[in-house]
Amino acid sequence: MQKFFSDAVEFFPILLQGVWLTVVVTIGSLALSTVFGLFWALLRVSGIGVLASLSAGLINVIRGIPIIVLLFFLYFVMPDFGVALTALQASILGLGIAYSAYQSENFRAGIEAIDKGQIEAAQTIGMGWWLTMRRVVLPQAIKIVLPPYGNIMIMMLKDSSQASTITVAELALQGKLIASSTFKNTSVFTLVALMYLTMSIPLILLVRHFEKKANRK
Amino acid sequence: MIELTDIYKSFGKVEVLKGISASIAKREVVCIIGPSGSGKSTILRCINGLESYDRGDIRIEGIRVDRNAPSIVSVRTQVSMVFQRFNLFPHRTALENVIAGPIYVKKEPRAEALERGRALLERVGLSEKADVYPPQLSGGQQQRVAIARALAMQPKAILFDEPTSALDPELVGDVLGVMRKLADDGMTMVVVTHEMAFAKDVADRVLFIDGGVIVEQGPAKSVLNQPQHARTQDFLRRVLHPL
Repeated sequence: MQKFFSDAVEFFPILLQGVWLTVVVTIGSLALSTVFGLFWALLRVSGIGVLASLSAGLINVIRGIPIIVLLFFLYFVMPDFGVALTALQASILGLGIAYSAYQSENFRAGIEAIDKGQIEAAQTIGMGWWLTMRRVVLPQAIKIVLPPYGNIMIMMLKDSSQASTITVAELALQGKLIASSTFKNTSVFTLVALMYLTMSIPLILLVRHFEKKANRK
Repeated sequence: MIELTDIYKSFGKVEVLKGISASIAKREVVCIIGPSGSGKSTILRCINGLESYDRGDIRIEGIRVDRNAPSIVSVRTQVSMVFQRFNLFPHRTALENVIAGPIYVKKEPRAEALERGRALLERVGLSEKADVYPPQLSGGQQQRVAIARALAMQPKAILFDEPTSALDPELVGDVLGVMRKLADDGMTMVVVTHEMAFAKDVADRVLFIDGGVIVEQGPAKSVLNQPQHARTQDFLRRVLHPL
């Protein structure tokens, strides 16, 4: 135990650099997946057949490819087509695209949960599609969508470790590098696990808060 | 003011409207009665473009109703609708429901819309409920807010789709009272209803619809008191004397 603490004091600052990248990857891909996911979901409920099936097909393609393969594709294959991304860019883009499929299904469920009668009522006072979305549907859908959204945040935080496979030195990769050079596997990976857990706890509390709020209504 | 010419409408293989023609004049109150599934609500939904129609022509003050044309927005701001299930926005207060159309669609200044909104709530007898959310209101109160919301668009006509069918019996009177006041004020109204007493008292004209066609029409009192057609007689007998 004492040994763990002395190791922890030694490795903590190095791992903290990894934490910074973990946070950057998580927030970046969260933002990207939210924007993409909302866009796919709006296409899906647009009522325009071509756009809806395009979105549905795209979501299935994204869902059917493992995140790690998507990352390899962006980082190792895209340069062949003249698109060279840095490892950080590729990991944010890859995770963002991968998660946009789940975000989209979540948003769609929230949007479709709103009573059709309200949408008709909005139409009868002259609101168009977008105005109805913005003023009637989305403000209510957001309450339904938030608890699962929080869960997606937690999953993204953990899946950001997949960026290590394309050389992004985030927390997991920093841990692996220290472990392989010091052979202190137990201390290092225990510390890494604790650091992920520490970052998850505020998110878990946030989800609980969202759920309470959603149930109150 | 509202002209329907030979309207046909099918849902899949089921033909719901089979050649409906009617004309509703300004300040006229027309009640549409008939058995369920006869196409009453579909007529209203076609008039303000919530449904498309397959054949025929619907015009509101000369403008053709086409739910896919940009003109549909102006049609809908001129012809409001009140629904059986109220369809208020539950995340907005009663007053916010009323002013949503004026501020978002008509771009009225907020202060002006608020003032008018309060006046409308007072007109339907709910001035003290302005800041209450719809789920906290009774069905009758919700429906009166919905009427105020329709009025806020300053429409030339209001369509009512079974406005009292989802209400507890003791709340029906409040809503009908508000509607009667509107009729007295000269609002053009098309009302799909099962309230025969209301139709008799308030309507200028009654259309009896069955099987997607207008079976009988005429002044309210004569259709309801001396129905000519056997199907109208049969329907009225069953509605007025259910036992």
